[in-house]
Amino acid sequence: MHRSGPGALFGPRGWGAVIAALILICAVAPLLNLVVPKGSLFHLSDFSVSLIGKIMCYAIVALAMDLIWGYTGILSLGHGLFFALGGYAFGMYLMRSIGLDGVYKSPLPDFMVFLDWKAYPWYWSFTEHFLYACLLVVLVPGVLAFVFGYFAFRSRIKGVYFSIITQAMTFAFMLLFFRNDTGFGGNNGFTDFKRILDYPIFTPQMRMVLFVLSGLALVGTLLLARWIVSSKLGRVLTAIRDAESRVMFSGYDPLWYKLFIWTLSAVLCGIAGALYVPQVGIINPGEMSPANSIEIAIWVAVGGRGTLIGPIVGAFLVNGARSWFTVAFPEYWLFFLGAIFIAVTLFLPNGVVGLVAQLRAKRREKKLSAKPA
Amino acid sequence: MQRRGFLKQLAVGAAVAAAFSYGPYAQAADTIKVGILHSLSGTMAISETVLKDVALMAIEEINAKGGVMGKKLEPVVVDPASNWPLFAEKAKQLIGQDKVSVVFGCWTSVSRKSVLPVFKELNGLLFYPVQYEGEELEKNVFYTGAAPNQQAIPATEYLMSKEGGGAKRFVLLGTDYVYPRTTNKILRSFLKSKGIADKDIDEKYTPFGHSDYQTIVADIKKFSAGGKTAVISTINGDSNVPFYKELGNQGLKATDVPVVAFSVGEEELRGVDTKPLVGHLAAWNYFMSLKNPANDEFKKKWAAYAKAKKLPGADKPLTNDPMEATYIGIYMWKQAVEKAKSTDVNKVIPAVAGQTFKAPSGFTIKMDENNHHLHRAVFIGEVQADGQFKVVWKTPGPVKAAPWSPFIAGNDKKKGEPE
Amino acid sequence: MNLVRLIRCVLAVCALAVGLPAAALTPEQIDKLAAPGSDARAEALNSIAAAGDESAIPFLSALAEGNVQTSVSLKKVLIVIDGKGIDAVTGKPVAKLPEDLDEVVANNVFRRELAAAIATLRLTSGDRAVRLAAAKTLQDETESDRLPLVERAIAKETDADIKALLERVRANLQLNSKDKTIRLAAITSLGSSVNPGTKTILLEMLAKKGGEFVEPDADIRFAAQKSLTEVEGRLTKGERIGQVFSGVSLGSILLLAALGLAITYGLMGVINMAHGELIMIGAYTTHVVQNLVRANAPDLFNWYLLAAVPASFMVAAAVGMALERGVIRFLYGRPLETLLATWGISLILIQAVRTIFGAQNVQVENPVWMSGGVELLSNVVLPWSRIVIIGFSAAVLLLVWLALTRTRLGLFVRGVTQNRAMASCMGVHTGRIDTWCFGLGSGIAGLAGCALSQIGNVGPDLGQSYIVDSFMVVVLGGVGQLAGTVYAAMGLGIVNKFLEGISGAVVAKIAVLVFIIIFIQKRPQGMFALKGRFADA
Repeated sequence: MHRSGPGALFGPRGWGAVIAALILICAVAPLLNLVVPKGSLFHLSDFSVSLIGKIMCYAIVALAMDLIWGYTGILSLGHGLFFALGGYAFGMYLMRSIGLDGVYKSPLPDFMVFLDWKAYPWYWSFTEHFLYACLLVVLVPGVLAFVFGYFAFRSRIKGVYFSIITQAMTFAFMLLFFRNDTGFGGNNGFTDFKRILDYPIFTPQMRMVLFVLSGLALVGTLLLARWIVSSKLGRVLTAIRDAESRVMFSGYDPLWYKLFIWTLSAVLCGIAGALYVPQVGIINPGEMSPANSIEIAIWVAVGGRGTLIGPIVGAFLVNGARSWFTVAFPEYWLFFLGAIFIAVTLFLPNGVVGLVAQLRAKRREKKLSAKPA
Repeated sequence: MQRRGFLKQLAVGAAVAAAFSYGPYAQAADTIKVGILHSLSGTMAISETVLKDVALMAIEEINAKGGVMGKKLEPVVVDPASNWPLFAEKAKQLIGQDKVSVVFGCWTSVSRKSVLPVFKELNGLLFYPVQYEGEELEKNVFYTGAAPNQQAIPATEYLMSKEGGGAKRFVLLGTDYVYPRTTNKILRSFLKSKGIADKDIDEKYTPFGHSDYQTIVADIKKFSAGGKTAVISTINGDSNVPFYKELGNQGLKATDVPVVAFSVGEEELRGVDTKPLVGHLAAWNYFMSLKNPANDEFKKKWAAYAKAKKLPGADKPLTNDPMEATYIGIYMWKQAVEKAKSTDVNKVIPAVAGQTFKAPSGFTIKMDENNHHLHRAVFIGEVQADGQFKVVWKTPGPVKAAPWSPFIAGNDKKKGEPE
Repeated sequence: MNLVRLIRCVLAVCALAVGLPAAALTPEQIDKLAAPGSDARAEALNSIAAAGDESAIPFLSALAEGNVQTSVSLKKVLIVIDGKGIDAVTGKPVAKLPEDLDEVVANNVFRRELAAAIATLRLTSGDRAVRLAAAKTLQDETESDRLPLVERAIAKETDADIKALLERVRANLQLNSKDKTIRLAAITSLGSSVNPGTKTILLEMLAKKGGEFVEPDADIRFAAQKSLTEVEGRLTKGERIGQVFSGVSLGSILLLAALGLAITYGLMGVINMAHGELIMIGAYTTHVVQNLVRANAPDLFNWYLLAAVPASFMVAAAVGMALERGVIRFLYGRPLETLLATWGISLILIQAVRTIFGAQNVQVENPVWMSGGVELLSNVVLPWSRIVIIGFSAAVLLLVWLALTRTRLGLFVRGVTQNRAMASCMGVHTGRIDTWCFGLGSGIAGLAGCALSQIGNVGPDLGQSYIVDSFMVVVLGGVGQLAGTVYAAMGLGIVNKFLEGISGAVVAKIAVLVFIIIFIQKRPQGMFALKGRFADA
């Protein structure tokens, strides 16, 4: 039932939904947050704005993960790394734009003053330029993914082995970034940001701007993903997932297909990370811990992999649940979260979205059988 | 099917998103909400859980005596799960959604740094109960733990004194994060001012959660052959156990190379067989073994509370420095609110300055009028076979905190109060 | 002052009462010993040690152990042991301990001095072991007052080992002698030392102060330099041995942690993210067994591990089998989803342990026979706990190997690993084999937990720190081959320790991870791959 060709991405109702989402993000949310007075039932609180903004970034990562795992069958346990690298790349810009307002009133970030560094190390060059930082956000995860992916896919590393070495990679980077001598602030990472492009960062307006940007990025990612999976490229990817050797025997070289989607997925994660950092106000190596990357896979699994809406639903469900549980049952929330993961994998192999589809199919069957032919 | 499914799924997504937009939070008028922001899961749960409990105990105690200004305190406990961005989110939630009047919480420096912008933006009030590296002074934070001059410097002076063994070489061993880095930077500059050469200082860092100290202990042994050596350890809580076990096993005794630690207290020693550690040192502003009426009462209350709430480890109730600091913080806040006759942060902050409290450490502790830190006495204790500390040295009275250490260049220009 | 005088008198009498002739400790000495302030104390102690009267030992030991207490209200000095006080004056027990007991504080420095004084007094003991220990304690002593006593001890000593030790002690004490020949002889004889403390002493002789040598005599400096080189050479050799040992020790720990994973993963292709938590369960079981033994049979405490080893195996195996039956078996053929489900399980297990035992670490005490170590050279001590663990992992490895190659279950396991469908066709009940095999792997994880509890923390997060490492070992070694796991674990352990010596712990770890990533590029199936004909393996 897939439609092919970029012209037929969605049907009219699909486009309607996309447009509705855009209106919701770009008009309704800012209105409810900035215009509707506090205390009104319809007021969207600052807290909700930053929470949803944050989760939308996670949803982008989940979508990126779905492209590589759900559609191509390659489980990466290192996507947290690309997310964090994007965040660090943009964080460098944010650190430089603090200017002389740090604790030590120095042009260097506080942690460098602290290590008695006199100048920025070479890899910090030009990061004071916004556009260059944006370029880094894309390039750093992209190049790393390309190089890593090239060698891994060329050696035909597959399945669990690939998962484990991506885990080793993110773990190695985490240790590297934890070192203070690496020059990225060690365990504390980057924090205490002041402004973006000379606008102060901790204002409701800036928060809304970031929220809208994240929302647009999410919708954009969704459209891009939709376009890819409904194109010929997407079919080849699915074929690789289902039977890689047959794809090879049919004359395709899976290397470049895999490499493309893998690099793209990493770049998307980087962009999500760059949007995430100014919203939460901190980036530190904890984001690279293997546990975080596993969680990304879990969002996708909960929502339903191999669908595009699934990862988004999953990211919202899991993170929303965590946000709620940690307040409602601070001492027992891990039980709930753990139980959800088990239940989803056992009973909902296609995730929440799969369940919905299944229920609907059943209903239709009933209808069909109810109507005598 | 694909198309319609997509539409509906999007609608579901939007609904889910909307569900988060306003929570079921309503504020009751007859209570004062107090936020507790300590990790109850993840790596820091080991240290922070008990601070949550001691805070709840203090709140219960205050409520039993009639609350604050006739209103009961209502604790709001959240779990930031040792996840630093989550700390910021939870802080936002506590101040923005739950409208708490004050927050007691954080342990690691990075968690404090992560919530700071939130407290500044929303004008919240945080009481931070753990010894830390200094180099910070924020209007919205009161620091009830020790600054480096209230812990690290006196301990080092003691090690250099004849009584402490007259150490001439120092191993500065820490976990690689900001607290050890800063402390060691301050100590290095302090040691230099005392005429210790760079070659006699060995600075070493291990990653978080490091558990294999064979190489490090062998290195310390090697280093200590070069002269009377002491180890100053800023190893993070959890890694201390394997470190001490290795010390004991490789036969490095406290009488040969004493180790003074700044992150090892009664709680950290709970999981350790302390016999091989006897004689190693810790510097704190409070020890459970202190003998005075205030401490006896504090210990008794804690034991009763732990038993009543069936807390894990209630069979061996322990108190430690950050617990005392949490307890002091809550009472100082209560007194300040009563003085200001308001829970408004702008009125409470000036009222906290100059508050005094008869603390379990046996001194009447004062909150400095300007610098948001406590005046605290410093104790140096030796580990005993029962996991307690025996005080071998103490300052004659409370010491004023110097959050801007004079041993860091440029700090002489800093003002001793929030800007 | 009055009080001090009183205490002094009391102490003097007490000395009599506990069997110390008053002559051993004069009132002035006791006065100084009980007073805080280390200078006077140290002098008193030195004079006691120099006097060489063994009868002063009991009182000094009581001081060192912190058992001497003073009471102002009773105006007495008591030796308090296990809550029972002995009146030092009369030597009789005190019915009720007074409230205001104040301990005579002995800090590190004083304890060290006490130990040296006691050792000096014990040099002429009748027991060889006591003399040996005493001679060892004195290796770093430089107090020249002790020389006559040491000379006397050497003269009386018949045991060659102790005599050699004592001669080195004498050399130490003679270093500051006024006679140059004696000094030179002493320095030369120090060259045979294996004691790191000797290096300290020699370095001090060679030190410069303000551009001038502290030691003006060039001959002496020359001799000292020569001895120093000899000592350092010996110490370096010791350090090398220590490095290899710590590598093997780390390797054995990795092996234990990864062995169970190698079995479950190798057989079923199950990525068990809860493997670390099974290790943790083993460690907590050890904790519980330890407490039970302590409560019910305190005499047998030193042997609690004998019960803890099988118990941790059983408990972890039972939990593992329950997991397999309850969750994992529904997910066969979907390895990546097992990963997620077992991740959920691990969250639940961690939180369950946290709820039951608390978030804090729990205590697991080493039995006496596992504390301390073998002194190979005086700067290399091989800790018993690590030696035992190396032996233990070798034993576990042997048992696993036997189980896999010599039993019927092992035969089935190997069969299922190699070709599940074929094994099933031949009548092997593969489902049951899976359960047993998973139990075996989990049980081994439990054993690893039991071993780890002896050297590290036992807390809810214990397993998390080993899970990544275990996976690296299994993947590096290759699936389904015990030998691969062994080589990988040992290799990683030794390489890691070797690099750590050069570049520090963090860089070493990163280097190892990078090495693994590159190695996998070369051999995507690990060091030892199962040979097969699958195109989509």
